Amino acid sequence: MKYFALIWRNLLRRKTRTAFTLLMIFIAFVLYGFLMTVRAAFVGGVEVASAERLIMTHKVSLIQLLPISYEQQIRSTSGVKAVTHSTWFGGTYQDLANQFAVMAVDPAPFEDMYPEFKLSASEKAAWLADRQGAIVGRDSAKRFGWKVGDRVPVKGTIWQPKQGDTWFFNVSGIYDGDKEVDKTTFYFRYDYLDENRRGAYGQVGWYTIRIADPNRSAEVGSAIDSQFANSSAETKTSPEKAFMQGFANQIGNIGFMMVSIVTVVLVLLLLNVANQMGQSVRERTSEIGVLKTLGFSNGLVLSLLLAESMLIAVIGGMAGLGVVYFLVQSGGFNNSFLPVFIFGTRDLVVGVGLCLGLGLLAGIFPATSAMQLRITDALRRN
Amino acid sequence: MFKWISQTIAVTLLSIRTIPRRISSSAVAMAGIAGVVIVFIAVLSIGEGFKAAMTEAGSPSRAIILRAGADSEMSSGLSGPETDLIKQAPGVLLEGNRAIASAELFVIIDRNKRATGTAANVPLRGIESAAMQVRDEVKVTEGRMFQFGTNEAIVGRSALGQFSGLDLNSEIKSGQLTLKIVGVFDAKGSAAESELWADSKLIQNVYRRGNSYQSVLVRLDSPASFDAFKNALTSNPQLNVQVKKETEYYAAQSETMTSLIKGIGYIIAFLMGTGAVFGAILTMNTAVSARTREIATLRALGFNTISVLISVLGESMALAALGGLAGGLLGFFAFNGYQTSTMNFQTFSQIAFAFRVTPSLLTQGLTYALIMGFIGGVFPAIRAARLPIPSALREL
Repeated sequence: MKYFALIWRNLLRRKTRTAFTLLMIFIAFVLYGFLMTVRAAFVGGVEVASAERLIMTHKVSLIQLLPISYEQQIRSTSGVKAVTHSTWFGGTYQDLANQFAVMAVDPAPFEDMYPEFKLSASEKAAWLADRQGAIVGRDSAKRFGWKVGDRVPVKGTIWQPKQGDTWFFNVSGIYDGDKEVDKTTFYFRYDYLDENRRGAYGQVGWYTIRIADPNRSAEVGSAIDSQFANSSAETKTSPEKAFMQGFANQIGNIGFMMVSIVTVVLVLLLLNVANQMGQSVRERTSEIGVLKTLGFSNGLVLSLLLAESMLIAVIGGMAGLGVVYFLVQSGGFNNSFLPVFIFGTRDLVVGVGLCLGLGLLAGIFPATSAMQLRITDALRRN
Repeated sequence: MFKWISQTIAVTLLSIRTIPRRISSSAVAMAGIAGVVIVFIAVLSIGEGFKAAMTEAGSPSRAIILRAGADSEMSSGLSGPETDLIKQAPGVLLEGNRAIASAELFVIIDRNKRATGTAANVPLRGIESAAMQVRDEVKVTEGRMFQFGTNEAIVGRSALGQFSGLDLNSEIKSGQLTLKIVGVFDAKGSAAESELWADSKLIQNVYRRGNSYQSVLVRLDSPASFDAFKNALTSNPQLNVQVKKETEYYAAQSETMTSLIKGIGYIIAFLMGTGAVFGAILTMNTAVSARTREIATLRALGFNTISVLISVLGESMALAALGGLAGGLLGFFAFNGYQTSTMNFQTFSQIAFAFRVTPSLLTQGLTYALIMGFIGGVFPAIRAARLPIPSALREL
């Protein structure tokens, strides 16, 4: 630590160079943070998926409906702890452009199935008591300015009510959850949908099944599917994680794209920073000779130069990561299309590692060549 | 005036000719700018390709009719009698007594994506016999057209490339549905090529849709009759529908995805560009420092400050132009025509498309490179022009 002043003075020797190098590192890590956040937004569901949950859909495709009578049969399958169903409704509020996710569910089992949605006891009770009741995530409630007790008109993109073209719901509760939980969906009661829609009575979208032992998911899944084989609606049951992953794959390999761009950015950054460090060491050749003459060991010279490049990488990188972290925390990126924007802890840790790696790699060649300099050569150069 | 120009040219050429002496630093700046241009082109060519697949699917002489309030074919629903009323409206092209219109169903079927091996929502369209006349750009290029009244189907060229198990003469079995692929069709790379087509009656049966459809696609007798056609349908109290030009419909479908890709692409390009500008400034500063004595000598010899300024700026922009060109060419060869598919969120189904590096994208990339070179060069150039001659000459 006693050499900190020396390292610091060296950084301040060429203020413009240090400032621009810092800015470059800063920008690169802001980009890293941004790209990792975008990636998480596309594939985020995969990470919050529970290993205990299975998703059962119609075998031909997700859009085909399943009879509600399947629920009993699934529940009595060995290894199944709980089951509930969901039906995609899709909705718009006021303007056709204001689209948001709306689903019809069965309120009581829904609560048990998804403990990640936080709802107060009084709100739960209100939802259970009101057929027209609905719960909505905090983000959507904020977007549309809804409060508990509001009566909201929603137009369905798929289901039409028997009378008119608008559905009315009462907001029974506003749910919250951890930052990686999607808080934009609107859930209302399936019994209300089924009574009031035109047609498709007794049909649901898909089933969510909680199993007792996550290790037996494949076995339980095929046991369930075999019960409905050769029926009019054959099924396909897969673990929630695989289902989410499949869904993310449908969008495309966003993860690969983002990682490729980050790689390009970091390689270019490394070239630039290493070039600047090399330049800076070349300019100081005779000074390094003086240090060695004064008795600084080779190892010490190496560590001093490495510390210099690490310091600049860490200052610039941490600032970049910090800015993204606070922007994401404050909800600066949130929009209705990509509901969950998080800068994950893993991405943050990897980012810090990349900072350190960058400092080390950028400094290692100039620092080694400085270490190997012979005093006589170093002093002879101008 | 002529002297001034020749001075400027001489000094600029001198600085460009000395680039090899500072090759590592110049190469880094160039690579930086090339990298920005490559990423810029890569990301935006996705947006261009997606948009092209969607918008080229539409023709102004066709109109699509959906239930009012539906945001896409997927969520729409029309009864059989409603579709008959639509086909009788004025403005629909007639061939004898037959309307050139097709009432269609649009559903999805799970097939594996070749790239990932995981299930994807492949669009399956039920069509009527007039469909091929409505869409006159569609041609069956391999095998033959399917026979109505059977469980035969034809597959779009892009769908064949993107999803497994759709090969010519193969059979698709899924639940109660069995389809036999008898032909491959080409629709000039547009959205329809991502689809499977079969008889609408077959789809009604298998998907339990009774006598209902989701959309009607009609060929108008001329694009000008659209307004009259639309008015006739929307004012008909027996119908509750929306009428759109096919071009408008597809433009709206592509909007969410295209603007998302553009948004992300521009943010990335802006941030990377800013970083590259800083890199260029560092490089040019180093170049000016390395040539301090040379520049001071030129000035002492009587070369004016403007020519020195332009020479530094010229060097920076030359580096940027080289970087931009390299990036543009690499981007073009690496990404143009790359086939992929993604989810169209409006219809919840897959759409195959090819990355498109358009001339406009290349121009944008190159312009951006030159802007980076200019901003990166202008401050060091001013510094060079202002070097105090006596102390600069003394510098080592």
